[in-house]
Amino acid sequence: MELFTNQVLAGIATGAIYACMALAVVMIYQAIDHLNFAQGEMAMFSTFVSWQLMQWGVPYWGAFVLTLAFSFAGGIVIERVLFKPLAKAPILTQVAGFIALFSIINSCAGLIWDFTIKQYPTPFGSTPFLGSQLISTHQAGMIGITVLLLIGLYVFFQYTRIGLAMRAAASVPESARLVGINTSWMIALGWGMAAAIGSIAGMLIAPVVFLEPNMMGGVLIYGFAAAVLGGLTSPFGAVLGGFLVGIFENLAGTYIPHVGNEMKLPIALALIITVLVVKPAGLFGRNIVKRV
Amino acid sequence: MTPLLNVKDLRAYYGQVQALHGLSFSLNEGSLTTLLGANGAGKTTTLRAICNMVRSTGAIEFDGKPLNNKSTESIVRFGIAHVPQGRGTFTTMTVEENLQLGAITRTDKAISSDIERMYGYFPKLKERHTQQAGTLSGGEQQMLAVARALMLRPRLMLLDEPSFGLAPLVVRDLFQILGRINRDEKVSILVVEQNAQLALELADQAYVIETGRIVMSGAAKDIAQDENVRKSYLGY
Repeated sequence: MELFTNQVLAGIATGAIYACMALAVVMIYQAIDHLNFAQGEMAMFSTFVSWQLMQWGVPYWGAFVLTLAFSFAGGIVIERVLFKPLAKAPILTQVAGFIALFSIINSCAGLIWDFTIKQYPTPFGSTPFLGSQLISTHQAGMIGITVLLLIGLYVFFQYTRIGLAMRAAASVPESARLVGINTSWMIALGWGMAAAIGSIAGMLIAPVVFLEPNMMGGVLIYGFAAAVLGGLTSPFGAVLGGFLVGIFENLAGTYIPHVGNEMKLPIALALIITVLVVKPAGLFGRNIVKRV
Repeated sequence: MTPLLNVKDLRAYYGQVQALHGLSFSLNEGSLTTLLGANGAGKTTTLRAICNMVRSTGAIEFDGKPLNNKSTESIVRFGIAHVPQGRGTFTTMTVEENLQLGAITRTDKAISSDIERMYGYFPKLKERHTQQAGTLSGGEQQMLAVARALMLRPRLMLLDEPSFGLAPLVVRDLFQILGRINRDEKVSILVVEQNAQLALELADQAYVIETGRIVMSGAAKDIAQDENVRKSYLGY
Protein backbone atom coordinates (compact mmCIF):
# COMPACT_ATOMS: atom_id res chain seq x y z
CA MET A 1 0.00 0.00 0.00
CA GLU A 2 2.82 2.36 0.80
CA LEU A 3 4.36 1.63 -2.58
CA PHE A 4 1.04 2.51 -4.21
CA THR A 5 0.68 5.82 -2.36
CA ASN A 6 4.25 6.71 -3.16
CA GLN A 7 3.80 5.97 -6.82
CA VAL A 8 0.62 8.04 -6.94
CA LEU A 9 2.46 10.92 -5.31
CA ALA A 10 5.32 10.62 -7.77
CA GLY A 11 2.75 10.49 -10.54
CA ILE A 12 1.15 13.71 -9.35
CA ALA A 13 4.59 15.31 -9.30
CA THR A 14 5.35 14.43 -12.93
CA GLY A 15 1.71 15.02 -13.81
CA ALA A 16 2.09 18.66 -12.80
CA ILE A 17 4.40 19.13 -15.80
CA TYR A 18 1.85 17.67 -18.17
CA ALA A 19 -1.00 19.56 -16.53
CA CYS A 20 0.76 22.86 -17.00
CA MET A 21 1.44 22.17 -20.67
CA ALA A 22 -2.08 20.84 -21.21
CA LEU A 23 -3.46 24.12 -19.93
CA ALA A 24 -1.59 25.98 -22.65
CA VAL A 25 -2.85 23.48 -25.23
CA VAL A 26 -6.46 23.98 -24.16
CA MET A 27 -6.01 27.73 -24.22
CA ILE A 28 -4.97 27.78 -27.86
CA TYR A 29 -7.61 25.23 -28.75
CA GLN A 30 -10.26 27.56 -27.33
CA ALA A 31 -8.96 30.41 -29.44
CA ILE A 32 -8.29 28.78 -32.80
CA ASP A 33 -10.18 25.49 -32.62
CA HIS A 34 -7.17 23.31 -33.27
CA LEU A 35 -3.84 22.37 -31.80
CA ASN A 36 -0.64 24.32 -32.17
CA PHE A 37 2.24 21.94 -32.75
CA ALA A 38 4.73 24.73 -32.15
CA GLN A 39 3.41 25.39 -28.65
CA GLY A 40 6.19 23.46 -26.93
CA GLU A 41 8.87 25.25 -28.93
CA MET A 42 7.34 28.63 -28.13
CA ALA A 43 7.46 27.68 -24.44
CA MET A 44 11.05 26.51 -24.77
CA PHE A 45 12.07 29.78 -26.45
CA SER A 46 10.40 31.79 -23.69
CA THR A 47 12.25 29.74 -21.11
CA PHE A 48 15.54 30.54 -22.81
CA VAL A 49 14.63 34.23 -22.73
CA SER A 50 14.07 34.04 -18.99
CA TRP A 51 17.36 32.14 -18.59
CA GLN A 52 19.15 34.83 -20.58
CA LEU A 53 17.59 37.55 -18.42
CA MET A 54 18.84 35.76 -15.31
CA GLN A 55 22.29 35.44 -16.87
CA TRP A 56 22.22 39.21 -17.22
CA GLY A 57 21.52 39.49 -13.53
CA VAL A 58 17.75 39.92 -13.39
CA PRO A 59 16.37 38.17 -10.27
CA TYR A 60 14.15 35.09 -10.78
CA TRP A 61 10.72 36.65 -10.33
CA GLY A 62 11.68 39.71 -12.32
CA ALA A 63 12.75 37.47 -15.18
CA PHE A 64 9.54 35.47 -14.71
CA VAL A 65 7.30 38.50 -15.13
CA LEU A 66 9.32 39.97 -18.01
CA THR A 67 9.21 36.61 -19.80
CA LEU A 68 5.47 36.43 -19.31
CA ALA A 69 5.07 39.84 -20.93
CA PHE A 70 7.50 38.93 -23.73
CA SER A 71 5.65 35.68 -24.45
CA PHE A 72 2.25 37.35 -24.43
CA ALA A 73 3.43 39.95 -26.93
CA GLY A 74 5.30 37.32 -28.92
CA GLY A 75 2.19 35.13 -29.20
CA ILE A 76 0.21 38.08 -30.53
CA VAL A 77 2.93 38.96 -33.03
CA ILE A 78 3.10 35.37 -34.30
CA GLU A 79 -0.65 35.36 -34.81
CA ARG A 80 -0.72 38.73 -36.58
CA VAL A 81 2.23 38.01 -38.85
CA LEU A 82 1.90 34.31 -39.56
CA PHE A 83 -1.54 32.97 -38.81
CA LYS A 84 -3.89 35.84 -39.50
CA PRO A 85 -3.03 35.65 -43.21
CA LEU A 86 -3.61 31.88 -43.02
CA ALA A 87 -6.90 32.17 -41.13
CA LYS A 88 -9.06 31.25 -44.14
CA ALA A 89 -6.61 28.68 -45.53
CA PRO A 90 -7.44 24.96 -45.36
CA ILE A 91 -6.48 23.22 -42.16
CA LEU A 92 -3.55 21.34 -43.68
CA THR A 93 -1.99 24.63 -44.77
CA GLN A 94 -2.21 25.82 -41.20
CA VAL A 95 -0.69 22.58 -39.95
CA ALA A 96 2.21 23.15 -42.34
CA GLY A 97 2.51 26.62 -40.81
CA PHE A 98 2.67 25.14 -37.30
CA ILE A 99 5.37 22.69 -38.34
CA ALA A 100 7.37 25.45 -40.00
CA LEU A 101 7.07 27.56 -36.87
CA PHE A 102 8.19 24.56 -34.82
CA SER A 103 11.46 24.11 -36.70
CA ILE A 104 12.12 27.83 -37.08
CA ILE A 105 11.90 28.40 -33.32
CA ASN A 106 13.83 25.24 -32.54
CA SER A 107 16.68 26.19 -34.86
CA CYS A 108 16.76 29.81 -33.75
CA ALA A 109 17.05 28.75 -30.12
CA GLY A 110 19.86 26.39 -31.07
CA LEU A 111 21.60 29.14 -33.00
CA ILE A 112 21.36 31.69 -30.20
CA TRP A 113 21.91 29.49 -27.16
CA ASP A 114 23.41 26.27 -28.71
CA PHE A 115 22.28 22.75 -27.92
CA THR A 116 24.20 22.08 -24.71
CA ILE A 117 22.12 21.28 -21.64
CA LYS A 118 21.80 24.14 -19.16
CA GLN A 119 20.90 24.19 -15.50
CA TYR A 120 17.78 26.14 -14.74
CA PRO A 121 17.02 27.49 -11.26
CA THR A 122 13.87 26.91 -9.24
CA PRO A 123 12.45 29.51 -6.86
CA PHE A 124 11.03 26.81 -4.62
CA GLY A 125 14.22 24.92 -3.83
CA SER A 126 14.54 21.19 -4.39
CA THR A 127 14.52 19.80 -0.88
CA PRO A 128 12.00 17.07 -0.01
CA PHE A 129 8.51 18.49 0.42
CA LEU A 130 7.07 17.84 3.92
CA GLY A 131 9.70 15.17 4.42
CA SER A 132 8.56 13.14 1.41
CA GLN A 133 11.31 11.79 -0.82
CA LEU A 134 8.91 11.61 -3.75
CA ILE A 135 7.77 15.20 -4.03
CA SER A 136 10.28 17.99 -3.91
CA THR A 137 9.45 21.54 -2.92
CA HIS A 138 9.86 22.48 -6.58
CA GLN A 139 7.26 19.98 -7.66
CA ALA A 140 4.92 21.11 -4.91
CA GLY A 141 5.40 24.72 -6.03
CA MET A 142 4.69 23.67 -9.58
CA ILE A 143 1.44 21.98 -8.60
CA GLY A 144 0.51 25.10 -6.65
CA ILE A 145 1.15 27.42 -9.58
CA THR A 146 -0.74 25.17 -11.98
CA VAL A 147 -3.75 25.16 -9.70
CA LEU A 148 -3.58 28.94 -9.25
CA LEU A 149 -3.35 29.37 -13.00
CA LEU A 150 -6.36 27.14 -13.46
CA ILE A 151 -8.43 29.12 -10.98
CA GLY A 152 -7.30 32.35 -12.61
CA LEU A 153 -8.33 31.13 -16.06
CA TYR A 154 -11.66 29.89 -14.78
CA VAL A 155 -12.47 33.25 -13.25
CA PHE A 156 -11.28 35.02 -16.39
CA PHE A 157 -13.45 32.99 -18.76
CA GLN A 158 -16.53 32.75 -16.57
CA TYR A 159 -16.71 36.14 -14.94
CA THR A 160 -15.08 38.75 -17.16
CA ARG A 161 -16.56 40.40 -20.24
CA ILE A 162 -13.44 39.86 -22.27
CA GLY A 163 -13.40 36.18 -21.29
CA LEU A 164 -17.02 35.86 -22.39
CA ALA A 165 -16.21 37.64 -25.65
CA MET A 166 -13.28 35.30 -26.28
CA ARG A 167 -15.44 32.24 -25.76
CA ALA A 168 -18.10 33.65 -28.06
CA ALA A 169 -15.57 34.45 -30.77
CA ALA A 170 -14.23 30.92 -30.59
CA SER A 171 -17.58 29.16 -30.66
CA VAL A 172 -19.61 31.10 -33.27
CA PRO A 173 -17.39 33.71 -34.95
CA GLU A 174 -20.09 35.15 -37.19
CA SER A 175 -22.55 35.70 -34.36
CA ALA A 176 -19.74 37.15 -32.27
CA ARG A 177 -19.11 39.78 -34.95
CA LEU A 178 -22.83 40.50 -35.06
CA VAL A 179 -22.87 41.42 -31.38
CA GLY A 180 -19.88 43.69 -31.94
CA ILE A 181 -16.92 41.51 -30.93
CA ASN A 182 -13.70 42.02 -32.84
CA THR A 183 -13.09 38.30 -33.37
CA SER A 184 -9.76 38.77 -35.08
CA TRP A 185 -8.26 40.41 -31.99
CA MET A 186 -9.84 37.82 -29.72
CA ILE A 187 -7.87 35.15 -31.59
CA ALA A 188 -4.68 37.20 -31.23
CA LEU A 189 -5.40 37.58 -27.53
CA GLY A 190 -5.86 33.80 -27.26
CA TRP A 191 -2.46 33.29 -28.87
CA GLY A 192 -0.90 35.76 -26.46
CA MET A 193 -2.43 34.05 -23.43
CA ALA A 194 -1.51 30.58 -24.67
CA ALA A 195 2.07 31.70 -25.22
CA ALA A 196 2.22 33.24 -21.75
CA ILE A 197 0.83 30.09 -20.10
CA GLY A 198 3.23 28.01 -22.15
CA SER A 199 6.11 30.12 -20.90
CA ILE A 200 5.06 29.47 -17.30
CA ALA A 201 5.00 25.75 -18.10
CA GLY A 202 8.44 25.99 -19.68
CA MET A 203 9.97 27.86 -16.74
CA LEU A 204 8.52 25.35 -14.28
CA ILE A 205 9.53 22.33 -16.33
CA ALA A 206 13.09 23.47 -17.09
CA PRO A 207 14.50 22.71 -13.60
CA VAL A 208 13.23 19.13 -13.99
CA VAL A 209 14.19 18.28 -17.56
CA PHE A 210 17.05 20.82 -17.95
CA LEU A 211 17.10 23.60 -20.46
CA GLU A 212 17.90 22.81 -24.10
CA PRO A 213 16.14 23.40 -27.44
CA ASN A 214 14.57 19.93 -27.53
CA MET A 215 13.38 19.92 -23.92
CA MET A 216 9.67 20.18 -24.80
CA GLY A 217 9.41 17.35 -27.33
CA GLY A 218 8.21 14.65 -24.97
CA VAL A 219 6.43 17.05 -22.68
CA LEU A 220 4.23 18.42 -25.45
CA ILE A 221 3.10 14.92 -26.46
CA TYR A 222 2.10 14.25 -22.85
CA GLY A 223 0.50 17.70 -22.70
CA PHE A 224 -1.57 16.97 -25.81
CA ALA A 225 -2.48 13.57 -24.43
CA ALA A 226 -3.51 15.07 -21.10
CA ALA A 227 -5.59 17.77 -22.78
CA VAL A 228 -7.34 15.27 -25.03
CA LEU A 229 -7.93 12.91 -22.12
CA GLY A 230 -9.44 15.62 -19.94
CA GLY A 231 -11.34 17.19 -22.79
CA LEU A 232 -10.00 19.92 -25.05
CA THR A 233 -12.80 22.28 -24.10
CA SER A 234 -12.16 22.14 -20.37
CA PRO A 235 -9.17 23.76 -18.63
CA PHE A 236 -10.13 21.86 -15.48
CA GLY A 237 -10.23 18.59 -17.41
CA ALA A 238 -6.85 19.33 -18.96
CA VAL A 239 -5.18 19.79 -15.59
CA LEU A 240 -6.81 16.71 -14.16
CA GLY A 241 -5.89 14.84 -17.34
CA GLY A 242 -2.28 15.89 -16.77
CA PHE A 243 -2.24 14.47 -13.26
CA LEU A 244 -4.01 11.30 -14.40
CA VAL A 245 -1.50 10.69 -17.18
CA GLY A 246 1.34 11.20 -14.69
CA ILE A 247 -0.20 8.84 -12.13
CA PHE A 248 -1.07 6.18 -14.66
CA GLU A 249 2.35 6.29 -16.23
CA ASN A 250 3.96 5.70 -12.84
CA LEU A 251 1.58 2.95 -11.79
CA ALA A 252 1.99 1.13 -15.09
CA GLY A 253 5.77 1.34 -14.72
CA THR A 254 5.57 -0.14 -11.22
CA TYR A 255 2.90 -2.79 -11.39
CA ILE A 256 2.82 -4.13 -14.94
CA PRO A 257 5.79 -6.45 -15.48
CA HIS A 258 8.28 -5.64 -18.25
CA VAL A 259 6.89 -2.13 -18.70
CA GLY A 260 9.75 -0.19 -17.20
CA ASN A 261 10.70 3.18 -18.53
CA GLU A 262 10.58 2.34 -22.22
CA MET A 263 6.96 1.26 -22.33
CA LYS A 264 5.49 3.91 -20.01
CA LEU A 265 4.52 6.28 -22.78
CA PRO A 266 2.84 3.74 -25.10
CA ILE A 267 0.85 2.34 -22.19
CA ALA A 268 -0.29 5.78 -21.13
CA LEU A 269 -1.30 6.64 -24.68
CA ALA A 270 -3.13 3.32 -25.06
CA LEU A 271 -5.16 4.19 -21.97
CA ILE A 272 -6.04 7.54 -23.43
CA ILE A 273 -7.24 6.02 -26.68
CA THR A 274 -9.37 3.61 -24.68
CA VAL A 275 -10.95 6.49 -22.79
CA LEU A 276 -11.61 8.40 -25.99
CA VAL A 277 -13.30 5.43 -27.63
CA VAL A 278 -15.76 5.41 -24.74
CA LYS A 279 -15.97 9.19 -24.25
CA PRO A 280 -14.96 11.01 -27.44
CA ALA A 281 -15.24 14.46 -25.86
CA GLY A 282 -12.73 13.48 -23.17
CA LEU A 283 -13.45 12.91 -19.50
CA PHE A 284 -14.62 16.46 -18.81
CA GLY A 285 -15.11 17.90 -22.26
CA ARG A 286 -18.44 19.45 -22.94
CA ASN A 287 -20.63 17.31 -25.11
CA ILE A 288 -21.96 19.87 -27.45
CA VAL A 289 -25.67 19.45 -27.86
CA LYS A 290 -27.11 20.69 -31.10
CA ARG A 291 -30.65 20.83 -32.29
CA VAL A 292 -31.20 21.16 -35.99
CA MET B 1 -37.21 63.90 -42.10
CA THR B 2 -34.07 62.03 -43.14
CA PRO B 3 -34.63 58.30 -43.20
CA LEU B 4 -32.95 56.18 -40.50
CA LEU B 5 -31.62 53.79 -43.10
CA ASN B 6 -31.07 54.82 -46.67
CA VAL B 7 -29.81 52.31 -49.23
CA LYS B 8 -28.96 53.50 -52.73
CA ASP B 9 -28.00 51.49 -55.78
CA LEU B 10 -26.80 48.53 -53.72
CA ARG B 11 -25.00 45.84 -55.69
CA ALA B 12 -23.68 42.75 -53.95
CA TYR B 13 -21.47 39.92 -55.15
CA TYR B 14 -20.70 36.38 -54.10
CA GLY B 15 -17.41 35.78 -55.90
CA GLN B 16 -18.23 36.42 -59.56
CA VAL B 17 -21.95 36.12 -59.10
CA GLN B 18 -23.91 39.33 -58.68
CA ALA B 19 -26.80 38.91 -56.25
CA LEU B 20 -28.14 42.47 -55.98
CA HIS B 21 -28.53 44.68 -59.04
CA GLY B 22 -28.83 48.25 -57.86
CA LEU B 23 -31.32 48.04 -55.06
CA SER B 24 -32.59 51.18 -53.36
CA PHE B 25 -34.89 51.61 -50.41
CA SER B 26 -35.22 53.55 -47.21
CA LEU B 27 -36.74 53.18 -43.81
CA ASN B 28 -37.89 55.81 -41.33
CA GLU B 29 -37.17 55.89 -37.61
CA GLY B 30 -39.78 53.92 -35.72
CA SER B 31 -41.10 52.04 -38.72
CA LEU B 32 -41.54 48.34 -39.11
CA THR B 33 -40.58 47.54 -42.67
CA THR B 34 -40.64 44.22 -44.43
CA LEU B 35 -38.72 42.99 -47.44
CA LEU B 36 -40.64 40.32 -49.32
CA GLY B 37 -39.49 38.10 -52.08
CA ALA B 38 -39.14 34.53 -53.27
CA ASN B 39 -36.20 32.26 -52.51
CA GLY B 40 -33.01 33.65 -53.95
CA ALA B 41 -34.46 37.12 -54.60
CA GLY B 42 -31.72 38.73 -52.51
CA LYS B 43 -33.44 39.41 -49.20
CA THR B 44 -30.79 37.84 -47.00
CA THR B 45 -28.05 39.35 -49.14
CA THR B 46 -29.54 42.81 -48.58
CA LEU B 47 -29.35 42.38 -44.80
CA ARG B 48 -25.86 40.94 -45.03
CA ALA B 49 -24.74 43.83 -47.21
CA ILE B 50 -25.99 46.35 -44.64
CA CYS B 51 -23.72 44.69 -42.05
CA ASN B 52 -20.85 44.34 -44.52
CA MET B 53 -20.88 40.56 -44.47
CA VAL B 54 -20.85 40.34 -48.25
CA ARG B 55 -18.91 42.35 -50.85
CA SER B 56 -21.05 45.21 -52.09
CA THR B 57 -21.02 48.60 -53.77
CA GLY B 58 -23.49 51.46 -53.49
CA ALA B 59 -24.38 53.77 -50.65
CA ILE B 60 -25.69 52.64 -47.27
CA GLU B 61 -26.40 55.43 -44.83
CA PHE B 62 -27.55 55.02 -41.26
CA ASP B 63 -28.88 58.19 -39.64
CA GLY B 64 -27.03 60.17 -42.29
CA LYS B 65 -23.68 58.45 -41.69
CA PRO B 66 -22.17 56.16 -44.33
CA LEU B 67 -21.71 52.52 -43.31
CA ASN B 68 -19.72 51.43 -46.34
CA ASN B 69 -16.35 49.82 -45.67
CA LYS B 70 -16.98 49.67 -41.92
CA SER B 71 -16.35 46.28 -40.35
CA THR B 72 -19.31 44.17 -39.24
CA GLU B 73 -18.39 44.56 -35.57
CA SER B 74 -18.15 48.35 -35.80
CA ILE B 75 -21.49 48.63 -37.64
CA VAL B 76 -23.08 46.99 -34.60
CA ARG B 77 -21.88 49.91 -32.51
CA PHE B 78 -24.01 52.29 -34.57
CA GLY B 79 -27.00 50.56 -32.97
CA ILE B 80 -27.83 48.01 -35.64
CA ALA B 81 -28.66 44.56 -34.31
CA HIS B 82 -28.79 41.74 -36.85
CA VAL B 83 -30.62 38.51 -36.11
CA PRO B 84 -29.17 36.25 -38.77
CA GLN B 85 -30.82 33.43 -40.64
CA GLY B 86 -30.51 30.29 -38.54
CA ARG B 87 -30.54 32.49 -35.41
CA GLY B 88 -26.82 32.43 -34.73
CA THR B 89 -27.26 31.00 -31.23
CA PHE B 90 -24.13 30.54 -29.11
CA THR B 91 -25.16 26.93 -28.60
CA THR B 92 -22.47 25.94 -26.10
CA MET B 93 -23.23 28.84 -23.79
CA THR B 94 -26.07 29.35 -21.38
CA VAL B 95 -29.17 31.34 -22.23
CA GLU B 96 -28.08 34.09 -19.88
CA GLU B 97 -24.60 34.26 -21.39
CA ASN B 98 -26.20 34.65 -24.81
CA LEU B 99 -28.08 37.67 -23.51
CA GLN B 100 -24.96 39.13 -21.92
CA LEU B 101 -23.20 38.78 -25.25
CA GLY B 102 -25.90 40.86 -26.87
CA ALA B 103 -24.84 43.71 -24.59
CA ILE B 104 -21.10 43.10 -24.88
CA THR B 105 -20.47 46.49 -26.50
CA ARG B 106 -22.34 48.34 -23.75
CA THR B 107 -20.64 49.74 -20.69
CA ASP B 108 -23.64 51.08 -18.78
CA LYS B 109 -25.02 49.62 -15.58
CA ALA B 110 -28.47 48.69 -16.86
CA ILE B 111 -27.46 45.39 -18.46
CA SER B 112 -28.82 43.10 -15.76
CA SER B 113 -32.11 44.99 -15.54
CA ASP B 114 -32.36 44.70 -19.33
CA ILE B 115 -31.91 40.94 -19.04
CA GLU B 116 -34.84 40.88 -16.61
CA ARG B 117 -36.87 42.95 -19.08
CA MET B 118 -36.15 40.35 -21.80
CA TYR B 119 -37.35 37.62 -19.45
CA GLY B 120 -40.54 39.68 -19.20
CA TYR B 121 -41.05 39.47 -22.95
CA PHE B 122 -39.97 35.82 -23.10
CA PRO B 123 -40.75 34.01 -19.82
CA LYS B 124 -39.56 30.69 -21.32
CA LEU B 125 -36.04 32.09 -21.42
CA LYS B 126 -36.11 32.85 -17.72
CA GLU B 127 -37.10 29.28 -16.92
CA ARG B 128 -34.11 28.09 -18.90
CA HIS B 129 -31.59 30.79 -18.15
CA THR B 130 -28.87 28.40 -16.92
CA GLN B 131 -29.45 25.88 -19.70
CA GLN B 132 -27.13 25.43 -22.68
CA ALA B 133 -28.74 27.48 -25.44
CA GLY B 134 -28.30 24.67 -27.96
CA THR B 135 -30.83 22.59 -26.06
CA LEU B 136 -33.65 25.09 -26.60
CA SER B 137 -36.35 24.40 -29.17
CA GLY B 138 -36.29 26.26 -32.47
CA GLY B 139 -38.89 28.74 -31.31
CA GLU B 140 -37.10 29.39 -28.04
CA GLN B 141 -33.85 29.91 -29.89
CA GLN B 142 -35.52 32.45 -32.15
CA MET B 143 -36.82 34.27 -29.09
CA LEU B 144 -33.36 34.15 -27.60
CA ALA B 145 -31.94 35.59 -30.81
CA VAL B 146 -34.42 38.48 -30.74
CA ALA B 147 -33.75 39.08 -27.05
CA ARG B 148 -30.00 38.97 -27.66
CA ALA B 149 -30.37 41.58 -30.41
CA LEU B 150 -32.46 43.82 -28.14
CA MET B 151 -29.77 43.66 -25.45
CA LEU B 152 -27.76 45.99 -27.67
CA ARG B 153 -30.51 48.59 -27.18
CA PRO B 154 -30.47 48.96 -30.94
CA ARG B 155 -32.06 51.71 -32.97
CA LEU B 156 -32.58 49.31 -35.84
CA MET B 157 -33.10 45.58 -35.70
CA LEU B 158 -32.60 43.46 -38.80
CA LEU B 159 -34.45 40.14 -38.74
CA ASP B 160 -33.74 37.43 -41.28
CA GLU B 161 -36.70 35.07 -41.68
CA PRO B 162 -37.67 34.83 -38.03
CA SER B 163 -40.51 32.44 -38.91
CA PHE B 164 -38.24 29.90 -40.56
CA GLY B 165 -38.84 26.36 -39.32
CA LEU B 166 -41.24 27.38 -36.56
CA ALA B 167 -44.73 26.14 -35.83
CA PRO B 168 -47.49 28.59 -36.92
CA LEU B 169 -48.58 29.31 -33.35
CA VAL B 170 -45.05 30.07 -32.27
CA VAL B 171 -44.66 32.40 -35.24
CA ARG B 172 -47.85 34.28 -34.26
CA ASP B 173 -46.55 34.79 -30.75
CA LEU B 174 -43.20 35.94 -31.98
CA PHE B 175 -44.68 38.43 -34.43
CA GLN B 176 -46.93 39.87 -31.76
CA ILE B 177 -43.92 40.44 -29.56
CA LEU B 178 -42.04 42.04 -32.45
CA GLY B 179 -44.94 44.46 -32.87
CA ARG B 180 -44.82 45.31 -29.17
CA ILE B 181 -41.07 45.85 -29.29
CA ASN B 182 -41.48 48.17 -32.24
CA ARG B 183 -44.17 50.21 -30.47
CA ASP B 184 -42.97 50.14 -26.86
CA GLU B 185 -39.20 50.20 -27.27
CA LYS B 186 -39.22 52.47 -30.34
CA VAL B 187 -36.93 50.07 -32.14
CA SER B 188 -37.15 50.34 -35.91
CA ILE B 189 -37.38 46.91 -37.49
CA LEU B 190 -36.48 45.64 -40.94
CA VAL B 191 -37.76 42.10 -41.33
CA VAL B 192 -37.13 39.77 -44.24
CA GLU B 193 -39.83 37.17 -44.65
CA GLN B 194 -41.12 34.42 -46.88
CA ASN B 195 -44.30 34.31 -44.88
CA ALA B 196 -45.68 37.34 -46.71
CA GLN B 197 -49.12 37.30 -45.14
CA LEU B 198 -47.88 37.57 -41.58
CA ALA B 199 -45.21 40.05 -42.48
CA LEU B 200 -47.70 42.35 -44.21
CA GLU B 201 -50.08 42.20 -41.25
CA LEU B 202 -47.28 43.24 -38.94
CA ALA B 203 -45.42 45.83 -41.02
CA ASP B 204 -46.31 49.38 -41.91
CA GLN B 205 -44.01 49.60 -44.94
CA ALA B 206 -43.18 46.91 -47.45
CA TYR B 207 -40.81 46.35 -50.35
CA VAL B 208 -40.92 43.49 -52.80
CA ILE B 209 -37.63 42.19 -54.22
CA GLU B 210 -37.26 40.17 -57.39
CA THR B 211 -33.87 38.97 -58.63
CA GLY B 212 -31.93 41.60 -56.75
CA ARG B 213 -34.11 44.63 -57.54
CA ILE B 214 -36.98 46.36 -55.77
CA VAL B 215 -40.07 45.88 -57.92
CA MET B 216 -42.71 47.36 -55.66
CA SER B 217 -42.90 49.49 -52.56
CA GLY B 218 -45.53 51.15 -50.43
CA ALA B 219 -47.64 50.93 -47.30
CA ALA B 220 -47.97 47.32 -46.18
CA LYS B 221 -51.77 47.37 -46.34
CA ASP B 222 -51.71 48.60 -49.95
CA ILE B 223 -49.17 45.98 -50.96
CA ALA B 224 -51.35 43.33 -49.35
CA GLN B 225 -54.20 44.42 -51.65
CA ASP B 226 -52.11 44.30 -54.79
CA GLU B 227 -53.28 41.74 -57.31
CA ASN B 228 -49.81 40.55 -58.33
CA VAL B 229 -48.49 40.31 -54.81
CA ARG B 230 -51.51 38.34 -53.77
CA LYS B 231 -51.03 35.90 -56.61
CA SER B 232 -47.28 35.52 -56.23
CA TYR B 233 -46.77 35.67 -52.49
CA LEU B 234 -50.04 35.26 -50.67
CA GLY B 235 -51.53 32.53 -52.81
CA TYR B 236 -55.09 33.73 -53.17
